[in-house]
Formats: sequence, structure tokens, C-alpha cells
Amino acid sequence: MPLDSPSAAVPAPDLPTLAPPSLIALFFAFAKMSLAGFGGVLVWARRGIVERHRWMTADEFNETFALCHFLPGPNIVNLTFVFGSRFRGLAGGIAAFAGLVGPPVVIVTVLAALYQRYGEIDALRRILAGVSCAAIGLLIATVFRMMLPLIKRRDLVGLVILAVVFVAIGLLRLPLPAVLLVATPISFVITFVMRRRTGAT
Amino acid sequence: MNSDANPVLALAWTFALMSLFAVGGASAAIPEMHRVAVEVQHWLTDKQFADIYAISQLSPGPNVLIVTLIGYSVAGIAGALVATLSMCVPTAMLAYYVSRLLKRSSDARWPALIQAALVPLSIGLMGASGFILARTSDRTVAAALVTAGAAGTGLGDAAQPALDAARRGVSRFCRPDRVKIAICRGDPAG
Repeated sequence: MPLDSPSAAVPAPDLPTLAPPSLIALFFAFAKMSLAGFGGVLVWARRGIVERHRWMTADEFNETFALCHFLPGPNIVNLTFVFGSRFRGLAGGIAAFAGLVGPPVVIVTVLAALYQRYGEIDALRRILAGVSCAAIGLLIATVFRMMLPLIKRRDLVGLVILAVVFVAIGLLRLPLPAVLLVATPISFVITFVMRRRTGAT
Repeated sequence: MNSDANPVLALAWTFALMSLFAVGGASAAIPEMHRVAVEVQHWLTDKQFADIYAISQLSPGPNVLIVTLIGYSVAGIAGALVATLSMCVPTAMLAYYVSRLLKRSSDARWPALIQAALVPLSIGLMGASGFILARTSDRTVAAALVTAGAAGTGLGDAAQPALDAARRGVSRFCRPDRVKIAICRGDPAG
């Protein structure tokens, strides 16, 4: 509200996007999405941004997400920052980021303090052990879900690269920067060459 | 090592660097977090790392907050804040500048290519995360069963196409009729 945008921003008639949100609105919207999102915020972010607030169309959201997915770092944080800055510049990015990360950081810090004090209690240890087993299972399920498109396409090259990275990091415990500095260029070149060949035939 | 002198600086440096290599998000960086926090810096034990992962999954908010928990156990509240910010801010700024750059040049081919090249890498990293976490926390048969059960329910119907594809792939290479004959004769199919 403090920064009143010039009303020259005309929404196209078929696009249902509404007026750009204020900094405070950004903060609270992202705080809400973040606190609703147990085990991942993406679903809630999509629902909030596209369906509830209509700040973006579904296509715009997908494009922004694709961008943030191929950049390094926590995807949802990147998305939040890029999204906020699209409306209100750097300040908008910071407001959205503070909303996304601030409240959960407070909660997690309290939990961490409780863990440090009571972490040795047997019942708590058992509960945490159970939760982590289940959470790991869900993580493994997500990995398989993400592999499905590669398997369906019979993308042998992708699957081999995937397996090599898995062995290097998971079994050999090599440092991540070293592995990525080798694997990323190789993956690039192979993908580029394969695309050219399939494009030519 | 001078990182012993100031753990907060060590946290800042570690996570700022790590975030730049975290292709595929926070869950892809878990093996690296485990390697640095447990094996290199000895900030946490294996068990504590598994507990912290559980807490980060239990609490609301983005998955990156496992970093906040690591930071807290190293250097209290200052550590928590520093770890969180150094994991988030550098890459957020990068994303901000890249998104502005891409808006100007509307060449849609490069993002798609980069993504196609990075997808296998990030899945491989996440697979390694699952494996390492399972190895640190599934010490008993019951625990391993819980993990397997959760993975199964998490897959649900999504597993069916993969199973079908795998079956098709297998039946292409070894003809099932031969396998059947081999089984009837009682010798291994080979």
C-alpha cells in the first residue's frame, strides 16, 4: 500500500491476474503458505499464488519455477525471492523471503533448543527415529517418481549419469563440488549432442 | 584448523559454498551436509544427524531448514541464523539476477537444455540422500521396514508404469517362453 503502483499496469482481458500485492501482503501470504506446508511448500505456493491470490497465471508460475529449478540452491527460496522482486523489486523479494523463512526459522529454533535439552529422553529418540524412517521412505519414493519420465523415455544416457552421480556421492562419498564440476559439463555435452542428433534425423 | 576458532564463520563459509552446488534443491544437498557436518567438521554424530533430519521434516516450512538446525547445534541462535542466511541469500541473489537477464533475452532454448542436462544429476543426488539417510537411521529390521513401507505408499499408483516398463524391457531381452521351459526343467534360466 505504501508504494502505490501506477495503474498503467493493464491486465489483459483474458488473464485473471489482479493488482500487484503490497510488501506486507507479500510477507503474510508467504508466511501462511510456508506454515501450511509440512514437508515441502511448493504445492501450497502454487495454490496460493495462482489460485487464491491470482498474482500469476499457471503458465507464468511454471516458467518461474522452471527457472528456479535449474539454478542451484533451495528452489522454493529462489522462487519466493524472484516472485517477490517481480512485483516490488528487491524490497519485494526480501519481504516474501522473510515471510517464507522467518516464522518457520523461529519454530525450528525452538524445536532445536528442546531437542538439545530433552534429546536424550528415550521416548523422544524413538519417536524421532520412527519419523525419520518414514520421511526417508517418502524421499526415496519422490526419487522414483522423478525417475519415471526418464524410464518411460528409455533415456539411457540420463539413467547412466544418474547412477554415476549416485555411486560417486552415495557410495564413494566424494565431495559434492568435485563431482558436480566433472559431471555437469559431461552431462551438458552429451545432452547437447543427443538433442542435435535427434533433431537432425 | 582455523574453523575451530570461529564456528560461525565456518558455518557461513560452508553453507554459502554448498548452496551454490545444491543443484536440485535442499534434499539433493543432504549427502554433502552429512559429509561436512559428520565426517569433516564433526559437528554432529550420525544419530544426531538423523534426528535433525526428522525434526526438519516434522516442522513446517521449506526443507532448507535442516541447515538452521545444524547451525543451532554448532553455535546456538547466531549459528542458526548465519547458517540459514548463507544457505539462502547467495543463490536467491543469483536467481534474481538471472531472472532479470532472461527476461531481456527471450531465448527459450537454453533453459530447457540446461534443465535436461541437470535433471539426472539432481535425481542422482537425491537418491544418494535417501541412501545415506537410510544407512544412518535404519539400524534395525523394523526401521528398514517402516522406510520401505513409506516408500511403497508414497509411490502408490505411480509405480505401476515403471513396473510395466521394466517388465517390457526385461521380456525384450530374455524371452519368457524360454525362461518358462528352463523353470520346468528345473535348471536356472541362463
